[in-house]
Amino acid sequence: MSTVTDSAEGTDVKAHEDHHGPAKGLMRWVLTTNHKDIGSMYLWFSFAMFLTGGAMAMIIRAELFQPGLQIVEPAFFNQMTTMHGLIMVFGAVMPAFVGLANWMIPMMIGAPDMAMPRMNNWSFWILPFAAVMLISTLFMEGGGPNFGWTFYAPLSTDYGPPSTTFFIFAIHMLGISSIMGAINIIATILNLRAPGMTMMKMPLFVWTWLITAYLLIAVMPVLAGAVTMMLMDIHFGTSFFNAGGGGDPVLFQHIFWFFGHPEVYIMILPSFGIVSAIIPAFARKHLFGYTSMVYATASIAFLSFLVWAHHMFTVGMPLIGELFFMYATMLIAVPTGVKVFNWVTTMFRGSMTFEAPMLFSTAFVVLFTIGGFSGLMLSIAPADFQYHDTYFVVAHFHYVLVPGAIFAIFAATYYWLPKWTGHMYDETLAKVHFWMSFIGMNLTFFPMHFVGLAGMPRRIPDYALQFANFNEISSIGGFLFGTTQFLFLFIIIKCIRGGEKAPAKPWEGAEGLEWSVPSPAPYHTFTTPPDVK
Amino acid sequence: MQQAKFLSLLAGLAVTGGSRAAWEVNMTEGVTAVSRNIYGLHMTIMTICAVIGLVVFGVMFYSIFKHRKSKGAVPQQFHESTLVEIVWTSIPFLILVLMAIPATKTLVDIYNTDEAEVDIKITGYQWKWQYEYLGEGVSFFSNLSTPTEQIQNVRNKNPNYLLEVDEPLVLPVGKKVRFLVTAADVIHSWWVPALAIKRDAIPGFINEAWTNIDVPGTYRGQCAELCGKNHAYMPIVVEAKSEEEFEQWLQDKKEQASRERELTDKVWSMDELMARGEQVYNKVCAVCHQPNGAGMPPIFPALKGSPMATEANQVGAHVDIVMNGKKGSAMQSFAGQLSEVDIAAVITYERNAWGNNTGEMVTPKEIVEYKKTGVYEEDPARQTMPDNQQASL
Repeated sequence: MSTVTDSAEGTDVKAHEDHHGPAKGLMRWVLTTNHKDIGSMYLWFSFAMFLTGGAMAMIIRAELFQPGLQIVEPAFFNQMTTMHGLIMVFGAVMPAFVGLANWMIPMMIGAPDMAMPRMNNWSFWILPFAAVMLISTLFMEGGGPNFGWTFYAPLSTDYGPPSTTFFIFAIHMLGISSIMGAINIIATILNLRAPGMTMMKMPLFVWTWLITAYLLIAVMPVLAGAVTMMLMDIHFGTSFFNAGGGGDPVLFQHIFWFFGHPEVYIMILPSFGIVSAIIPAFARKHLFGYTSMVYATASIAFLSFLVWAHHMFTVGMPLIGELFFMYATMLIAVPTGVKVFNWVTTMFRGSMTFEAPMLFSTAFVVLFTIGGFSGLMLSIAPADFQYHDTYFVVAHFHYVLVPGAIFAIFAATYYWLPKWTGHMYDETLAKVHFWMSFIGMNLTFFPMHFVGLAGMPRRIPDYALQFANFNEISSIGGFLFGTTQFLFLFIIIKCIRGGEKAPAKPWEGAEGLEWSVPSPAPYHTFTTPPDVK
Repeated sequence: MQQAKFLSLLAGLAVTGGSRAAWEVNMTEGVTAVSRNIYGLHMTIMTICAVIGLVVFGVMFYSIFKHRKSKGAVPQQFHESTLVEIVWTSIPFLILVLMAIPATKTLVDIYNTDEAEVDIKITGYQWKWQYEYLGEGVSFFSNLSTPTEQIQNVRNKNPNYLLEVDEPLVLPVGKKVRFLVTAADVIHSWWVPALAIKRDAIPGFINEAWTNIDVPGTYRGQCAELCGKNHAYMPIVVEAKSEEEFEQWLQDKKEQASRERELTDKVWSMDELMARGEQVYNKVCAVCHQPNGAGMPPIFPALKGSPMATEANQVGAHVDIVMNGKKGSAMQSFAGQLSEVDIAAVITYERNAWGNNTGEMVTPKEIVEYKKTGVYEEDPARQTMPDNQQASL
């Protein structure tokens, strides 16, 4: 796409930095409006939440190591599955992508900062408070949310613990943060592109984030509406979801999944952008089918609004509804397939090397595709009657979320870490991190396909004996994957503290404006817009 | 241990589909025409995915091994081809259309619930199933029968650990059976893999499903929708019997039900009520209020030492809450779930067990009266009963 720049740019920025460096001390982070500072805070917050949600997953896997109850009671187990899901979705994956967007989008489009820097600060600082409120419910009387991350009524309303109100407000705050972040990203991309950076020249990460931001604006208010109705049902005597009062428990599921399905794509579209940057860089070859990638992303986003009820094939929808949602869901395989074919064709006849970002991206393509295949199987409504709410579904969405979202975030981190820190990370350790994550992840989630097909329901703390062997394997894989992430933390800290000096463009085949500024990127970049040819 | 696993792996390979081997990796074919159709769809779509996967990953790994910089590969410059994009958009689309045809056929078949010969209403409760044979006057609850000691790992587990119930659903083979599925509290989901039926049980809704079982046998399933604390502990067991055996069973159930009803007229002693009450309590109440009556506050209140279960002027309130439940909580209405005898027995037990020692008893007749009038009044006759004194347990 865009080729860059004159070296004068770099020195110019460097000189500028002397006058407007970051403030000193703690208040730098509290008051900052700098997109790089805020991006870093998002990423650190996300990593803390990743470890927190991961610790809960370890408790889940420890309990499921053997049949019978060993470590926790069922009531607490349900809180763990619920909080693991909520924290990973709202605390780990979404903020990580917003953090990457903050860091990279202004640098990719040649903008000096985000369009609304003060709102940017606020978007971030809501998050820790919302997270603390959510996690504090675990210590309240009656425990935290225990109704699954999908919080179906009436289990979450009439039958929920007293702490549900705190959960509702935490979701409200997380939603406000996401909406503000999305508005900011849209405003930045539409208004602050450097001259010459036309829409169809934007890196795919920018494109996928633009589309993701629109999805966020469309569906986060729907989620807010759902939890507000819950609040009314719990405290103000309404009966939105209470059949006894003339309400409709299935309505809750329709509203939730109208949010929930686009939400799933919110967690994957930015990953598409990331691997679309990394694979060409390490294949030393242009991305194949840029235009079709943009249209495929837009198609996936559009279809995501039409398929929500495939999460509800068993609620007893009329036949015509089942057919509509089955066909619409199957259709998603087409643009998703196009993306995979484009990535593979980009690799084809390239000149590849496999540094950590490329390893994670390659694994992304393979494993995300496996998750896509099981998704296609789930779309067949009659077969879904057997798959629905079993471990097959757990396997499916972990295959799209762990190697999909998480591996892409790892890939992005290694890819841009030299730009952020000015040092190269330890490649050997990063490769160890990759292989242990790769093996651990597959060991954890692949056997879940088997137990799911054999009939194990999800969200149970205890199971019949015929599922014991594969669960044991899953748990061992889970512990491996979990502990490996401390290595990731070590690699990052090591890279921040020192290491081989990174050049402005550490990757031979990398393209984009972000590589035209020095490493580490100065506190302020592109205070005068670059020329994009 | 390792050897045992290896042997069970061999066993798993030796036994065909539907076996309960520990290394089972695939969906059951099941025992109905619909379940076999679904199995066929599952295998077809999985095969299609596997073939596409082989091709795509084949090309990818070929590139990964051949087109490496270390092998001197030089990058090509091609990066666009409208023709190729059109081809790999259309081919998957056509495959999907071909796949949609059999899926639609099966779905239409599943939705045809006409002309059923047996109608059964299934109601999900926290955490048990109720089966009503409509028009037959037969109705019962089906509870998990795995002992707590096995769950707590104190004793060895049965082969059917967590997949066994006190009273299975009995169905005839070779007849179209229609299920009307609903729930009394939260959403549950009635799932038996061998029948390929998974229908959500939703309060306020009645969902339909049907089956026609080919092979007599015992088929096991579980609740498939998270329904609270004991979601893992409400299994489903279906016993499919020949038509004659089924009719005989139905006849026996009807006779058993009329014998139950006669018990209401009997004069009950404190000891008898306490013994029966303990059984009922452990089966129905202990999941929430715990076997020792301590509950799990604040969600499930303690009964031990609670004002309602100990103060003399609270007997009416106690009867009321057991009969009608407490709105907005997990406390269900048991008026329709338990017989008058069982309700009287369990209230008597709760007022005298774990040191509650009120010495008070509630009789089945009082419950019958309560059902008529909606007001609890002491039956004057029971004051004269002899063993009132030895209540303290």
